[in-house]
Amino acid sequence: MLRHIAGRVGQAIVATFGVLTMVFFVMRLSGDPTLLLVPEGATAEQIAALRHQLGFDRPLVVQYGAYLADLARLDLGESLVQRAPVAGIVGERIPYTMALAAGSLVVALGIGIPAGIAMAVWRGSVLERALAAFVLTGQSLPTFWSGILLILLFGVNLGWLPTSGADSLGSLVMPSVALGALTMSTFARMTRIAVLDELSRDYVAAARARGLSLAAAVGRHVLRNAAIPVVTVTALEVGNLLAGAVIVETVFAWPGIGQLAIQSIAARDFLVVQTVVLFVSVVYVGTNLLADLAYAAIDPRIRMGA
Amino acid sequence: MTQPALVVEDLSLAIGPAQVVDGVGFSVAPGEVLALVGESGCGKSLTAQAVMRLLPAAIRQVSGRVRLGAEEISALPERRMRELRGRRLSMIFQEPQAALDPLATVGTQVAEALRLSVAQARPQVRKMLEDVGISDPDRRIDQYPFELSGGMCQRVMIATALISGPAVLLADEPTTALDVTIQAQILDLLRRLATERQTAVVLITHDMGVVADIADRVAVMYAGRIAETGPTEAIFAAPRHPYTALLLASIPRLSDVPKSKLAVIEGRVPTPAEFGPGCRFAGRCPLADAHCAEATPPLRSVGDGRLSACFHAERVR
Repeated sequence: MLRHIAGRVGQAIVATFGVLTMVFFVMRLSGDPTLLLVPEGATAEQIAALRHQLGFDRPLVVQYGAYLADLARLDLGESLVQRAPVAGIVGERIPYTMALAAGSLVVALGIGIPAGIAMAVWRGSVLERALAAFVLTGQSLPTFWSGILLILLFGVNLGWLPTSGADSLGSLVMPSVALGALTMSTFARMTRIAVLDELSRDYVAAARARGLSLAAAVGRHVLRNAAIPVVTVTALEVGNLLAGAVIVETVFAWPGIGQLAIQSIAARDFLVVQTVVLFVSVVYVGTNLLADLAYAAIDPRIRMGA
Repeated sequence: MTQPALVVEDLSLAIGPAQVVDGVGFSVAPGEVLALVGESGCGKSLTAQAVMRLLPAAIRQVSGRVRLGAEEISALPERRMRELRGRRLSMIFQEPQAALDPLATVGTQVAEALRLSVAQARPQVRKMLEDVGISDPDRRIDQYPFELSGGMCQRVMIATALISGPAVLLADEPTTALDVTIQAQILDLLRRLATERQTAVVLITHDMGVVADIADRVAVMYAGRIAETGPTEAIFAAPRHPYTALLLASIPRLSDVPKSKLAVIEGRVPTPAEFGPGCRFAGRCPLADAHCAEATPPLRSVGDGRLSACFHAERVR
């Protein structure tokens, strides 16, 4: 058990290190950032002076070393555009994106998993076909379009929910639905397949032969066995949610890091972009680490290293 | 004679239009082991599933009555049926490791048959594990199926099936997936428990060796019908159905001349689509005549408590 955890944590550390290295070098591939910062018509001397002041004239390896040293001190640098610490700029946006991601996960898990279970247990029924149509709809609507449809219907026509912004809990509803729909479909399909797969196994027949109802057999045995692929997909879907957040936050003017990323790219505020990418990557690595730990909690064979 | 623990009468099952089990009937007395023998696909496992009323959705029951002791159970509502399963009517399966939930402990699954948690039923579960020959039951009770061998898992399955003291145990090929030495141990265990607890056992197998080991009586099935039934010794000594005779002849024996050819039954079992009006074995039968292809031979008494579904039963050698 401890070895399993230690191994996974080690892998997560290596992955994170790889990510921050890639982020650093890929950002530098986009050219000399000094040129983005100087006013038009600046002289070569002025550019060189600024370049020196910002440290961009040092060899890349030296810059990389300084970047790592800053990171180790949790110093993310200062935005060259906003002239404020990057940590603060990104940090104040993070709670919004976290709230949005949590809302979407509630939508996705809360609807997707029961729908998937129902589709598997009542296979071939009218209910399954109705749910399949619902799931297919969720899967087929692009977020930027379904977001606008939602705004038109619930925000403009019915006036039930605010059309944009982040002023109340109500503001969270539509972005969560728009962002969670696709993930919900993925969960529903994955859960259906996982549960169907388990239902065909002998232990289900054996459980029923000792007097369990189908519902009890599903509740006591099938769901736990079906959970492993679903946990895997959940961890991977967090990445998709964060990517989708860029679009949804723009559509709904939600002040999260997705919106910040778009704004910073437009403003060429590359230290902020770099930090956003780093944050998303760390969250992604972290969720997959949690998934690995969850496997061990679910499955004794992994826990005991069999 | 005591009342049979289980009586199955005129059981017929169909997949679409194809009658895959046709008029099957048998009975088992308390403490008796009845072997239901036949090739794969002859309908023996479906028969057991029909008795449990756990047939796959594609299978339709056309006819059949099942009596458990004095009670007719074929028309019971599912809720009542569920109360009987595991308590008065149990079943064990071919792949013991697959038949146990890999994520639940041994104790949890055995206790489940009592509708209790391990914490509630620990002493009973422990005792039952001991009775099926599991050493160190105190440790095993908290282990997971992957920590146990196949034979051990089958013992756990037997414990699960018998802990509520059922009147009938349906054992579907319980030793097929096990090593030969383990097979013998599991068969001995089943035989002993059947006698001690007066449980009626329906042992489904394709292995005549298994039959000879533990069965009191045999029902031979061919293509969804009973071909012959009777006491094991009588059937082994003098079969009264050509299929049984050929089945027995195809068992290799130590006294055979080394490298001599084994007897084989020519041809293959007809598929349900090929079933004609007559005897389903007629196409492969050395004794078949024109009549056999036209009329279904009824199961009839051929002496010594034996029944045979063959017009030529008296000529079988």
